[in-house]
Amino acid sequence: MMDATKLPVVEILSLIDDGKLSSEELVKAYRAALEGDRASAKPLNAYVEFFDDAGDLARAADARRKAGERLPLLGVPFAVKDNISIAGRALTCASDILEGYTSPYSATVIERLVAAGAIPVGRTNMDEFAMGSSCEYSRYGATRNPFDRDRTPGGSSGGSAVAVAAGMAAFSLGSETGGSVRLPASFCGLYGLKPSYGRLSRYGLVAFGSSLDQIGICARTAGDAALILSVAAGRDDHDETSADAPVPGARLEALPRGLAGLRVAVPGEFSGIGTDPEVASAFERVISLFEKAGAAVERISFPLLKSCIALYYIIAPAEASSNLARFDGIRYGARVDGGKGLFSLYSVTRDRGFGPEVKRRIVVGNFVLSSGYVDAYYKKALAVRTLLVRELTGLFGRFDLLLSPTSPTPAFRIGEKVDDPVAMYLSDLCTTFANLAGVPALSIPAGATKSGLPIGVQIAGKLFSEPLLLGTAAALRGEGL
Amino acid sequence: MGIERAELIVGCEVHVQLLTKTKAFCACENRYGGIPNTRVCPTCLALPGALPRVNRELLDKSILAGLALNCTVASLTKFDRKNYMYPDLPKGYQISQFDMPICEGGWLDIDVSGTTKRIGIIRLHMEEDAGKNLHIDDRRSYVDFNRCGAPLAEIVSKPDIRSAEEASAYVQGIREVMRFIGVSECNMEEGSLRCDVNVNLHVTEGVGEFATPIAEIKNLNSFRSIRNAIAYEERRQLEEWKGKRVTLQMAGKQTRGWDDDRGVSVLQRTKEEASDYRYFPEPDLKPIVVTSAHVERIRAMLPELPRVMRARFEKDFGLTAYDAQVLTTSSSIAAYFDAAAAKSVDPKKAANWIQTEVLGVLNTQGITVDEFPVPPEDIAKLVDSVQSGINTISMAKDIFSRMINSNMSFDALMATRVQTRNADGSAIAAWVDEVLAANPKVVEDWKRGRKNAALWLMGQVMKKSGGTADAKLANAILERRLQALQ
Ligand SMILES: [Zn+2]
Repeated sequence: MMDATKLPVVEILSLIDDGKLSSEELVKAYRAALEGDRASAKPLNAYVEFFDDAGDLARAADARRKAGERLPLLGVPFAVKDNISIAGRALTCASDILEGYTSPYSATVIERLVAAGAIPVGRTNMDEFAMGSSCEYSRYGATRNPFDRDRTPGGSSGGSAVAVAAGMAAFSLGSETGGSVRLPASFCGLYGLKPSYGRLSRYGLVAFGSSLDQIGICARTAGDAALILSVAAGRDDHDETSADAPVPGARLEALPRGLAGLRVAVPGEFSGIGTDPEVASAFERVISLFEKAGAAVERISFPLLKSCIALYYIIAPAEASSNLARFDGIRYGARVDGGKGLFSLYSVTRDRGFGPEVKRRIVVGNFVLSSGYVDAYYKKALAVRTLLVRELTGLFGRFDLLLSPTSPTPAFRIGEKVDDPVAMYLSDLCTTFANLAGVPALSIPAGATKSGLPIGVQIAGKLFSEPLLLGTAAALRGEGL
Repeated sequence: MGIERAELIVGCEVHVQLLTKTKAFCACENRYGGIPNTRVCPTCLALPGALPRVNRELLDKSILAGLALNCTVASLTKFDRKNYMYPDLPKGYQISQFDMPICEGGWLDIDVSGTTKRIGIIRLHMEEDAGKNLHIDDRRSYVDFNRCGAPLAEIVSKPDIRSAEEASAYVQGIREVMRFIGVSECNMEEGSLRCDVNVNLHVTEGVGEFATPIAEIKNLNSFRSIRNAIAYEERRQLEEWKGKRVTLQMAGKQTRGWDDDRGVSVLQRTKEEASDYRYFPEPDLKPIVVTSAHVERIRAMLPELPRVMRARFEKDFGLTAYDAQVLTTSSSIAAYFDAAAAKSVDPKKAANWIQTEVLGVLNTQGITVDEFPVPPEDIAKLVDSVQSGINTISMAKDIFSRMINSNMSFDALMATRVQTRNADGSAIAAWVDEVLAANPKVVEDWKRGRKNAALWLMGQVMKKSGGTADAKLANAILERRLQALQ
C-alpha cells in the first residue's frame, strides 16, 4: 500500500473517490505513524490524545460514502488543538487546571467540519492556554520539531503543525492570538492561515485574547486551506463578532492577473536586526519570484509595526486575565481546597493549576488594567491599535499584499528561550500586527536552511482577502517556490 | 464650636430585574426560582469557549425604562467587563456598562408630605445578574445558576435625596413606573428589585462645612429596611463625626451591610479594601448603534405614566387623590377604569364601583384585572343604570355577580329581564300610586323643581316591582301622574 500519510486533502479525497484509499486505512496509517513515533528515542509528542474510536468514525464515513453520500470532506481525518471544544471529548488547553473536564458541546467550526464529513481524530499539544511560541509550556511536556528533534516546532499550535508535518493528520486546526498558527507552520514547512477576525466563529475556542483570537488552519497546500476555510467559514449566531462576509469558494480561483501587477509592500521594520541570514536570503528569493512574475514590489517603512509586540503584550494579557478568571475550581476542572475558606480555594487551585507563563500574563494583564495604570497602558495601547488599523487600511489601499518573513529565524532549540520571556516574545515580531488589525495572513513554505530547517514567508492582505492570499500562494508555487 | 447643621445626603442605586423571555446573553429562559441549575447553558455557566450574545429585548426594555425616567438614550452604547471573582459569578466578571450606558440624565418626581420633589437620575445601565450561593452548613456551599445571566437595569440617582422618607418614596416611585410600563415585576422578596443606598452628612460648623465618609449600604430588601438603614446611618455618622471628625476626603467611601434583625449597619469594606474592578470593553460583544427611529418606536410604546394619569383622573373625573392612587396601582387597573370612565356619565361612580366591587372580586378570587370577565364598558352601563334609576343598587349588585358567574354581558342580562318584565300597565300604575302616596315630601320637592326627586321616585317604583317593571312604561306613568299633581 502507498504511504498516504503525507498527502494533501485534495489528493486524499480523489483517491478515496477512486476507491484506492479508504478513510479507515488512512486513520490506521496516521495511528501507525503516531505509535512508531512514540516508540522512538525522542517522540514528537504532537498528540495529547489520539481518539480510540477514530477508526470507528472513519469506518462509518467509508460506509456513508459507499451508500452514495457525497460531502466536501467526507472521511478526511484532522487534528484539533486542545483548546477547541469537541462534544464528549476532554479539553485541557494543556493546563492542569482543566484536569478532568469534558466539553458537553462542540465549537461551531468543529460542527461545520464534521457536518462536511471530516473526522476529528485527536487533540494536539500546545502551549498552556495558547500562551507561548514554542510548544514547551505544556502539562504534557514539549513538542519536538520533526525536522530536528532538539528544536521546537514553534507555538503555541505546535502539536497541530507537527501532526500534519509528521504524517499523522490530513490537516489540523490551531488557534491564533499573535502568530500561533503561522509560526509553527513556518517552522514545520506548512501553510498556516490566520483568517480575518470574524471569518471563523470563535464559539467553542477557549478564549485567550478575545479581540485577537481566531481559529487557524495548518495545511499541506494552499488549496487544502481554501477548501477547509470554505467549509468552516461564515456567520455564526453564537459569536456576535463573527462576520457576515461572503464565504470564499472551495476552489482557488486563479488570480485575475496572476502575480503580474500585484502591488507588494515589504516593510523594512521586519528585516534587519536579528534576522537569520538564511531566512533573509530565502526571503529575497521570494521577492525576486514576485518581481520576475511581474509584481511591483516596493520596500516601504511602516514604523508602527515596531510597536506591535508592545501593543500585543498589553492587550492580550489584559483580556487573558479576565478570560482566565472562570478557571476557579468551582464548577469544573481541578480544585485544590486550601482549607482556609474561599480565597484559599481560589489561590491554591490557581497556583497549582496554572503554569509560569500563564501566571506571568495574568499578572501583567491585571496590572495594565488596574486603576492608576489603565490609562498609561491599556487605554494607550487601544488608541495605538486604532491608529494601526487606520494606517494599515491606508496601506492596503495602495498595496495588495504585505510581505515579510514569518519569523526572523528558523526553529530554535528546545530550552533556548524558555527562561527568557522577552526573547520568546520577539518570535512573534512579524506576526502580531495581523491579529491586532484583524487582517488575514498566510505563512507559506519558502525552502529550508542548509541544515534542513523549514523557512516561511508571510503575506497579509486587507480584511477578508483570504482568496487573494491563498491564490497568491498557489501562484508562487507555480513559479517554483 | 458646635454643629449648626447636619444635612443628610442620600443617593440610590436600584437594580431592577427585567421581564424578558430569555436571559441577557444566552437563550436560557428568564424566570424566577425552579429546581437549581435547570435553566443553564454553556454561556451562563461560563464553560470554556462559550460566548455571550445580546438579547435585543434587554436593550428595548432598558430603553423603555430609561424613557419612562425622562432619560436621554445613547446613540452608541457598549458593554464592559466588571472583573471580580465570586462563586456565583461563573465568568469571573460581570458583563455590565461602564462609561457608555444606554441611558443618562433623567429624573423622577416624588411626593413626600404633600409636596412634589424632583430626584435626578444620573444613568440607567444594562448588566447581568449573578447566581445564588446556597450555604447548607459551615462546610458545604452550593451555587444555583438559574438566575445567573438574568437581565438587570441599574438605575443610579443623583444624591438629591434628603431623608429616609424621600428615599423610600423614590424607590417606590421607581417600582411603580417599572411595573406600570411592564418592564419588571419589582418584587423585593424575590429580588427582582434590589436597592443600595449611599449615605453621608454635610456638617456645618461655623464657617466650616464638612462631608462625612460616604457609606454604601447594601442588601436593603424592603422599604422598611431602606428607611431604617438610612435613619440609623444618619445617627451613626453624626455620632462618629462628633467623636472622630473623619471627613470624606480622609476616609473615602466604605461599604456597609444592613443587619435587619439587629437594626444596625455593619462595616464590610473600607476604601483600601475596595476591589478594583478593572473595567474594560467587552470584546465578545459589538458596540450597539441605537438609531433615533428605534428610540422613537419604543417611545411610542410608552404608556401614560401613573403620576400623569392620577392628575388627569383628579382633574377630568373629579376623583380624590386617594381614589386616583388606588386606581393607578397597576397599568391594567388604570386602563380598566379609564375605559369605564370614558363610557360612563358619572366617572366618579364608576371609580367607586371598581374600587369596592371589582377590586374586591379580584382580591377574593386572586385574579388580575386582565382575567376579570366583565368588560369595563359593562361597568359603565351598570353604574349608569343605577344613576338613571333603571336598577337599584341591590339589583345592580345582583346583575354584577351574574355577569361574573354567567359570563353574560350587561345588555344580554337586561334583555332576558325584558322578556319577563311586567308590562301590565294597571299593575305598574298601582305601584306608582303606592310610591307617591308613601312619599308626599318627595313629591313636594318635585313640585318645587327638584328634578332628581323624580329619579328617586322612579327607583322606588322599580324596587317595588322587584325590578320587573318595564322601566319605560313605568317612567311614562310616573311622569303622567306627577304632571297631574302639578
Ligand atoms: Zn444560559
